Amino acid sequence: MTKQQFTKIVGIQLLLLCTLLTLSFLGIILFDLFSKGYSALSWDFLSTAPSKGMTQGGILPAVAGTALVTLVATLFALPFGVACAIYLNEYARDHWFTRLLRASIRNLAGVPSIIYGLFGLALFVEALHIGASILASGLTLALLTLPYIITTTEEALHNVPNAYREAALALGATKWESIKTVVLPGAMPGILTGTILALSRAAGETAPILFTGVAFYTRYLPGSLLDEFMALPYHLYILSTQHQSLEQVRPLAYATAVVLLGMVLLLNLSAIMLRIRYRNLWKTSK
Amino acid sequence: MMNRRTFWDRFYHRLFAFAAGLCVLVLLGIFGMLLLNGFRFFESVSLWSFLGSSNWNPSAWGKATYGMGAMLWSTLLVSLGAMVLAVPLGIGTAAYLSEVAPGWVRDWIKPAIELLAAVPSVVVGFIGIVVIAPIISRIFGLSNGLNALNGSILLAVMALPTIISVAEEAIRSVPNTYKEGAYALGANSWTTLMTVTLPACTSGLIAATMLGMGRVIGETMTVLMATGNANAMPHGFFDPVRTITATVAIEMGEVPYGTTHFYGLYALGAVLFLITLIINLLAESIAAKFRKQGR
Amino acid sequence: MENIKIAIRDFNLHFGSKHVLKNINIEFPANKIVALIGPSGCGKSTLLRSLNRMHDLSPDARLEGDILLEDLHLLHPRTDVVAIRRKVGMVFQRPNPFPKSIYENVAYGLRLTGTHNEADIRARVESCLQQSYIWEETKDELQKSALQLSGGQQQRLCIARAIAVEPEVILLDEPCSALDPISTAKIEDLLLELKNRYTIVIVTHNMQQAQRVADFTAFMYLGEVIEYGPTDQIFNHPQQMLTRNYVEGHFG
Repeated sequence: MTKQQFTKIVGIQLLLLCTLLTLSFLGIILFDLFSKGYSALSWDFLSTAPSKGMTQGGILPAVAGTALVTLVATLFALPFGVACAIYLNEYARDHWFTRLLRASIRNLAGVPSIIYGLFGLALFVEALHIGASILASGLTLALLTLPYIITTTEEALHNVPNAYREAALALGATKWESIKTVVLPGAMPGILTGTILALSRAAGETAPILFTGVAFYTRYLPGSLLDEFMALPYHLYILSTQHQSLEQVRPLAYATAVVLLGMVLLLNLSAIMLRIRYRNLWKTSK
Repeated sequence: MMNRRTFWDRFYHRLFAFAAGLCVLVLLGIFGMLLLNGFRFFESVSLWSFLGSSNWNPSAWGKATYGMGAMLWSTLLVSLGAMVLAVPLGIGTAAYLSEVAPGWVRDWIKPAIELLAAVPSVVVGFIGIVVIAPIISRIFGLSNGLNALNGSILLAVMALPTIISVAEEAIRSVPNTYKEGAYALGANSWTTLMTVTLPACTSGLIAATMLGMGRVIGETMTVLMATGNANAMPHGFFDPVRTITATVAIEMGEVPYGTTHFYGLYALGAVLFLITLIINLLAESIAAKFRKQGR
Repeated sequence: MENIKIAIRDFNLHFGSKHVLKNINIEFPANKIVALIGPSGCGKSTLLRSLNRMHDLSPDARLEGDILLEDLHLLHPRTDVVAIRRKVGMVFQRPNPFPKSIYENVAYGLRLTGTHNEADIRARVESCLQQSYIWEETKDELQKSALQLSGGQQQRLCIARAIAVEPEVILLDEPCSALDPISTAKIEDLLLELKNRYTIVIVTHNMQQAQRVADFTAFMYLGEVIEYGPTDQIFNHPQQMLTRNYVEGHFG
């Protein structure tokens, strides 16, 4: 074997090693959490509230809070984001406003999530007097997920072949009718995928809800959108760093982490499957 | 009949444009909000003492101090540490995916990396506490493994998916003719990668690095949980640190609305926002170049 | 020429700084088939797409002059473009049925105008599919996705879809270029049948096709109409040197 061949083989193995190392992080996270969190997981854990200073009981209020706040975020972000994306892909021509809009969206996607928290606090909680609540947190998360929804929706719209738009217009459809009846249905799988990913991102975020409505502990399930709420990620943070007997509640923290991660991974897996299923949607007609 | 349809057509056109305009307003709103609240802070604290001092002690009795030096340095230390770990690993993985791995392997690995990106930061922070911290304290003989190194390792994991996807795109954008040229001269795949492909997409790799940096510098929960939270100037990776984001997260819950301390946290946010904005803008302009070139 | 359906007067079209169509003056008679022929890039598709204002989609297109559909000024900014497109249907180069069922494809235009009576729609769908010679093949599976049809069937479905809104003119942009000879023959038969009810303008690069179906033929070159007349005259007794060279296959 020549020296060149030797370096090649070593080099390629090195690249493989990098890849395996990267994947091993996912492996470690999954293995550690699921192997240790599994035992504390039970139906009771999911269906009861914490008790005895959070050293016992379950996480029902946190699950409910996370679900609600994610739902509120989606309800606001989805129509708004899809409308923005439709404007960008279907109506906008290349001028200063469009460029400003695209630049805004790109940069919004890069804004740290805690900055959204600060913004939510200043705008929703204080300026609009909504108060620390599910609604304020949901709106904050909506802003956070907005750039994702816009970007993925725009891509989905872009993938709908122009031939369909032309066909609809040539049949006497107005622009809006062509969008409603042909373009949007065609882009739906892509929009759905993006929405699921945005959902999963919103469900796992902590920093934006920190000052806008999440509570250390609530005894009851939230009764209105103006209530404070418990959330899974914040609950995990509390159990793993802020509790007075950290070692005692470690199993609960593990189980909470498993539920949170499981939820997020399920959403992501379903998005990936959706994408694979509809990958060849336009292949035949393009 | 026709009038109604035309009406709705115009209505929706305006509705969509309105939504788009609102979107720009959100960015301007975030920017304006940080600026406004930051300005209020500088009414009572000088910019110089804010940036120049390392003593952050807003609740000191009598004389509160607002110096962000230690936090800024902690943030940079942890983030740069993360880059040192993540960049070689990320580029190596990207090179493997785009140049070595057969298609079916890539089809499995890429979703796995997406899943890695999807792990919530609070879960990553938890892993830092229960997995990484004990390992660090055992290897280096420390009493506590919650320090800058721990944060760097975790942030590296969080930066990897971004770095890999942008770097892979950059490597793919290198025209095949370049590689064929090298092969024709008798170079093997490794030599081609190292001497032709990677140098040809340096700008893309830089963009990948910067976007990864932009991703981790604003990360909150992970560093809040895993870096030990000591509000002091760190002397190395084994010191516990407290980043800008962690400070905001911890203190915002406790300060009364409208105090200097409150506005000080917004000023911290403004600094963070500016740093990430500059990094992202630079990265985007570099990335835009290689994307154009790849077409 | 008797009974003019479309009259194009001093028509010019620019894409940005490119002058694509130059001083077009041409008239298309009712219930006849007119073929537009010429080498690629001569502007024949561009001219066709001007007739239903498809260029509205391109921001840098600039149209000047006058196009009359009977007494309707097609290019006038106050003329409702949606109304134009209902009178002037179009079939595209590549079959582009919607990813909906066969039935819904044909019903699409009817639903837009607010025809909600399902029995009316059903009757109309059936008659259009029959007129387009595709009823026999599809009558038992109208709910099947249109994307599962063959290319030739898809194109006939697109014709059915176009005539369902009862246009006066049908524009066809190289409708057979993506099809096999048997499908092509079916479509040509169909066109000869349809001209009894509609005015047809067809762009084709296939000179045999023009001779088989067209009553009149216009030869275009570099954005100008070089020669226009009865198909027999254009192919057998061309007046212009350029036309002769083209129809004899010397270029293009």
